[in-house]
Amino acid sequence: MTSSADLTTAAVGPAESTALDGDLPCPIPLDRYPRVLMAHGGGGRLTQQLIQEMLVPRFSNPHLAELHDGAVLAVEGNRLAMSTDSFVVSPLFFPGGDIGELAVNGTVNDLAMCGARPRYLSLGFILEEGLPMETLWQVVRSVERAAQRARVSVVTGDTKVIERSRQDGLYLNTTGIGFVPDGVEIAPRRAQPGDTVLISGAIAVHGTAVMSVREGLEFETTLASDTAPLADLVGALLSAVGSRVHVLRDPTRGGVAAALNEIAGSVGLGIELDEAAVPVWPDVLGACEILGLDPLYVANEGKFLALVAADAADAAVSLMREDPLGREAAVIGHVVDEHPGRVVLHSRVGGRRMLDLLSGEQLPRIC
Amino acid sequence: MSFRDPLLVQNVVGALGTALPRGGRGYKIMHVCGSHEHTISRWGLRSLLPQGLEVIAGPGCPVCVCPAHEVGEAIELVRRGVTVATFGDMLNLPTRFGSLAQAKAEGGDVRLIYSPMDAARLAQRNPDREVVLFAVGFETTAAPVAAVLGAGELPDNFSLLVSHRLTPPAMELLLGIGDIHIDGFIAPGHVSTITGSDAWRRFPEAYAMPVVVAGFEPEDILLAMLLLVRQLNRGEAKLENEYARVVPDAGNRPALAAIEEVFEVTPAWWRGIGRIPRSGLRPRRELAHRDARERFGIRFEADLSDLPPGCSCHLVMLGKAYPPACPLYGKKCTPSSPYGPCMVSQEGTCFIWFTYESDELSATAAGGAK
Amino acid sequence: MCLGVPGEVLSIETGANGLPMGKVSFGGMRKDVVLAYLPEVEVGDYVLVHVGFAISRIDPEEAERTMALLQELGDLALLERDLKAVQHLEVDDAR
Ligand code: SF4
Repeated sequence: MTSSADLTTAAVGPAESTALDGDLPCPIPLDRYPRVLMAHGGGGRLTQQLIQEMLVPRFSNPHLAELHDGAVLAVEGNRLAMSTDSFVVSPLFFPGGDIGELAVNGTVNDLAMCGARPRYLSLGFILEEGLPMETLWQVVRSVERAAQRARVSVVTGDTKVIERSRQDGLYLNTTGIGFVPDGVEIAPRRAQPGDTVLISGAIAVHGTAVMSVREGLEFETTLASDTAPLADLVGALLSAVGSRVHVLRDPTRGGVAAALNEIAGSVGLGIELDEAAVPVWPDVLGACEILGLDPLYVANEGKFLALVAADAADAAVSLMREDPLGREAAVIGHVVDEHPGRVVLHSRVGGRRMLDLLSGEQLPRIC
Repeated sequence: MSFRDPLLVQNVVGALGTALPRGGRGYKIMHVCGSHEHTISRWGLRSLLPQGLEVIAGPGCPVCVCPAHEVGEAIELVRRGVTVATFGDMLNLPTRFGSLAQAKAEGGDVRLIYSPMDAARLAQRNPDREVVLFAVGFETTAAPVAAVLGAGELPDNFSLLVSHRLTPPAMELLLGIGDIHIDGFIAPGHVSTITGSDAWRRFPEAYAMPVVVAGFEPEDILLAMLLLVRQLNRGEAKLENEYARVVPDAGNRPALAAIEEVFEVTPAWWRGIGRIPRSGLRPRRELAHRDARERFGIRFEADLSDLPPGCSCHLVMLGKAYPPACPLYGKKCTPSSPYGPCMVSQEGTCFIWFTYESDELSATAAGGAK
Repeated sequence: MCLGVPGEVLSIETGANGLPMGKVSFGGMRKDVVLAYLPEVEVGDYVLVHVGFAISRIDPEEAERTMALLQELGDLALLERDLKAVQHLEVDDAR
């Protein structure tokens, strides 16, 4: 077996394999979840359960244990960041973006959240037969433009076609590789009590924009997805504030609530969030209210959360505000010793409550 | 000035503190509305209440009270290849027949809609499929559904599985039970826009129960509690309308007429509570072809043991027990893996306790109990 | 139990289905809403919307009244505090 101290090779193969591997029962209670539900991909508790109980124990190694957006690997003196993500957004084209742009920015941003400068990208297509060729072309063009903007090269790829099952089926997977500059160390374990929590801009924009064109939910709005590559802004932040940036996370699916819960959970510290300080646009709030959604659980693109040392918070915010992608950056909370693993929200009107994970994706409700 | 203002909230909280009699046994107030519970938990209002004032949730969540056999009927339709359209809240409700989310995962066609109009549109766009609207909810939702059902030109492939419930009869039953210790009621504001605040008039008279119709801003709920506390202090029991900006005394006449035109009142099962006379709606006989139960010949029998074994939802929903008193709470039953119906909906009492009320103290208390 | 959200009526027309419809703005986000249950509604009114239907018109005077009551509660609290302070002073004076 590989020694788990050898970081460069530890990522291969199951760590605690036993002779009885073949007989291991599925760790997910099959009487409750005999099949995968949509909620298993919603970024809430069921996703967590899948990751924590089914996946992590099987492949256990120090990189995976970080539970970060990507892994930082030491390769011959360089630190390499690697991350992968799949994209299944519906519809494929939405105000402000499309699946191709999302697939580049999503992975590039996961690398940026490791403090890395993104360099290379793989591109895997899964297409349904019958997909209009013109649609594919539009997506490819969009990948091209987004890759240029993010200054990454698509260096390998794959195309598979599956039988028709729904209309317009196109799914993308991208894996990205980047380099982490010397002196940069971004990881959940670096969170400390007293750290300040920052957000780079207004939340819930992407999720709301996508929802505005979903069948059955349509509403009129000028909202557009905020998808954007964040590496430059992160790079600027890191060169200005350096090692006092402790954790970075892009609050995509599951929103700010899920991202903060993951951080709090993985380091065993508490987070206090000040609702009144979280930037939300009025039309986003209007859309969320009418659908019964809490913007804190709605997906973001092109935004990130940063946990920085308290004495660096002001400098970080003013620096971020100079960049168009960070114009509405704000301090929204801080890290505490109390209530480890949990996020507590101070509501706008002064009450306190837990901000917990939902079981799956937040669904529009009537009541 | 507008609502959701920390200063205004502070004003009412302060007034509540002053109004509450010192050293008494305190007051216990019940609301019967999931959206009220949502307001209370969303803004963390319980953390602001003075000691001795308690607010609990009664059976006000149309998802929690939807009996298993009616969800079973919807699941059966999905398994027969019918497209079932419903509101997001219903998707994960567990029953002994499974959940709609599971039926979807098995390959069934379940669609989430925002408005009942969307369901009719769905039928129009898919003329080769049978489309059924699984219509749940109280008077507030029954009125829009009535408009859809009453509309002239409905596509032939469209019908409804109606599980609407009426609120006043349930409240009446609750008060009739006698052994629940509630000092005052907050009446549901949005149901009252349809029924009118007059629907609650007989409760203070017949049961000497103070009732205040309340809105859904944090200030509304707190103000309603203040009005109740003042009534209680004076030994009064009357009906007050805190939400007069939205709720008229007589309700919404066109909406009531529309409901009356397409639905008739019927006895109905409430999950965990039982059968309540005159508390449900079903399509009138002339509309039998729009009634999915008639159209597809499905009618599941109600089951007295409607709750999974060990689940205390019936006590929780009647305000007789707090969720942490249930031995399954936080163990076999959590939001990620709900066992009983009160843990499913975002407005289910157990879900809300688990999500919002379990601060570090009560979390240990709940987890450590038993 | 029933999610209702206030919005402003921007325009009124007859929908394809023959029902009176209106465009309603929720903080800038606009949605088509059925107005069948509010025959007297006018452009500029605020209405309460549930599952795509306007179910009630919001009465600005009543809203004002609630707002005033909420503010008064604060004034009352201040008054009480002042009263107590005065009583304290008097007690102090008497010593
Ligand atoms: S905790 Fe679960 S099992 Fe217990 S009463 Fe609530 S819903 Fe039922």
